[in-house]
Amino acid sequence: MHDRGLPARGVEGILRRGLFGLSPIAESLVAAVLGLGLGAIIMALSGFNPILAYAALLKGGFASTYALATSAACAAPLLLTGLTFAICARAGMFNIGAEGQVYMGALAAVTLSYFVLPPGLAQIVGILFAMTAGALWSLVPALLRVFRGVNEVISTIMFNWISHFLALYLVARILVDPARSSQTVRVPVGARFPILIRGTDLSYAVFAALAFAVVIYVLLWHTASGYEIRAAGFNPRAAKYGGIKSRRTMVMSFLLGGMSAGLAGGAMSMGTPPSYAVFAGLSQIANLGFNGMAVAMVGRNHPLGMIASALFFGGLAAGAREMQMTAGVPTEMVSVVQGVIVLTLAVPELVHIFRIFRRRWPRLLGGRGEA
Amino acid sequence: MTWNSLINILFIALHAMVPITLTAVGEIVGETAGLFNIGLEGILLLGAFAGVLGAGFAGPMVGLLVGMGTGMAVGLIFSVIAAYWKGNQMIIGIGINLFAAGAVAYTMVILGQPGYRLLSFENRLPLIRTPAGGLSPIIFVALVAPFLVYWFLRRTRAGLILKAAGEAPEAADVAGINVNRVRLVATTFGGMLAGLAGAYMSVAWIGSATKELSAGRGFIALAIVVFSGLNPMLALVGGIIYGVFQSLAIWIKNTPGITFLPWQVFDMLPYVVTLLVVAGAIGRVRFPKALGQPYKRE
Repeated sequence: MHDRGLPARGVEGILRRGLFGLSPIAESLVAAVLGLGLGAIIMALSGFNPILAYAALLKGGFASTYALATSAACAAPLLLTGLTFAICARAGMFNIGAEGQVYMGALAAVTLSYFVLPPGLAQIVGILFAMTAGALWSLVPALLRVFRGVNEVISTIMFNWISHFLALYLVARILVDPARSSQTVRVPVGARFPILIRGTDLSYAVFAALAFAVVIYVLLWHTASGYEIRAAGFNPRAAKYGGIKSRRTMVMSFLLGGMSAGLAGGAMSMGTPPSYAVFAGLSQIANLGFNGMAVAMVGRNHPLGMIASALFFGGLAAGAREMQMTAGVPTEMVSVVQGVIVLTLAVPELVHIFRIFRRRWPRLLGGRGEA
Repeated sequence: MTWNSLINILFIALHAMVPITLTAVGEIVGETAGLFNIGLEGILLLGAFAGVLGAGFAGPMVGLLVGMGTGMAVGLIFSVIAAYWKGNQMIIGIGINLFAAGAVAYTMVILGQPGYRLLSFENRLPLIRTPAGGLSPIIFVALVAPFLVYWFLRRTRAGLILKAAGEAPEAADVAGINVNRVRLVATTFGGMLAGLAGAYMSVAWIGSATKELSAGRGFIALAIVVFSGLNPMLALVGGIIYGVFQSLAIWIKNTPGITFLPWQVFDMLPYVVTLLVVAGAIGRVRFPKALGQPYKRE
């Protein structure tokens, strides 16, 4: 069959291709084009003008200071939850627990409301609270994997739902705002991230996200521990023979991922006007973890690539509002596009498959039909 | 707790058990053949929405069939990417879930009912009347299906072939079995049951589809598959336990005087129990050796 001579697949394959050559970037671009293309077809079928819609999307996402600021504000938490997935993927594991860790981080940060701290110190304490909560929440799946052999996909799915209901409970009963029962207590004014550009949602939280991404980049690519994490994911057996303690790297990558997702939640609580609180339905923090996985995949699990892909998805989210107002297209279109992009990226030899199609139907696709 | 509320809790539990059990049993078939589909949540949602559309168009039976067809189609797409194109199964599942959430919500807006789709009463699947209340006929499907699938997996040649594809794909290949095709058929069947489960929720049980209708049930089903160790009968037990928990949570939410109890605990318990079972019994529960790995000839 058409199996011969192809690179390794699965997490290992993603990594291998993520490390060498330009092909991964090309694949991300192909996926984005396919996703947007199918989106255009769906829009056309449901009676919208896709060109008009995408023009509006572009305008709302990137064409002004306000648009860019909104996109960056949407991108910051996605970059962080994407890192949660990416760090563990680099270590050879599938951590889909960012969703729950975000909830824990967001709720930990709103407890700042119960403390009186000077500005400056308050933000630091809030970040520490959020990161600690996220890390603790990721610790149990990590330990279950290391000591009981429980598959991390299963345990993180369970933890996401446990934290979903735990968060609903905490918001409704424990952290509830005495004045408004539809949300938690608010992060006090002095503990919030200041707004960076007046009139937008962009706060200093975006620097926290960028800084964390850079720290992860340096840690993974320029320190011995980071090398061990990547080696463990790249080739577990060789890493083991090389003396790398796989248990330690597993727990470490999970903790780093938990800190990242917790920070995403904390940034949402401390840096999102006007509420600076968590709503009863978790509406503003729900799905950040899942959407972050798309960011990680398009960014090829590389912190620097993910800054670009987070901006891309942040721009989609920000531009969707403009698209709805100008072209009438429901904002949900963006999730459709995102789903198609992820599905496309799941196919390991995207380029290879195109080649097969070209070979089989040369006239249809204009190829030369080479053997 | 009065006699009446006890009957009520039992009836709600029976109805709540159905989508979980059907989805879990379908996934057991797929996982036995070696494909791990975490896109069940999305299939449930798509099945529920397609079911409402079909039922609104041509009655409840058509609705259920359309839901099953939708589930089959998604299962087919999943298995083509996973088996033939060797895609990463986790990523495909995540993609399906993202796509389903977007596509359903988008279409609901297009059709003029943002966030939901109502089904008129005469297009819902009628209940079977009993002296204590109405029961959906699909309940009996969910009660019988686990036994049929158990028999199929343990007692038939085809069931053995399925197991071989998940347990030892190389050996199966050498024995002349088309591993990828077996996996494709198994996962498409699993998708069909998940699609039926979705359509049951909207067409037979609730009478409408909302964009949050699946509400984690796909993941609960996955949890119960793990909990059951790929035994369909244990999946039925898990489904019933879940049904009771969910029914208790609903009861607490709606009964004046006890709403101070944290109903969230009952919604949370199935996940906690699954985690404990998996953590405690992982040595005992064995999964197919090649589960989650694409098969490629050396």
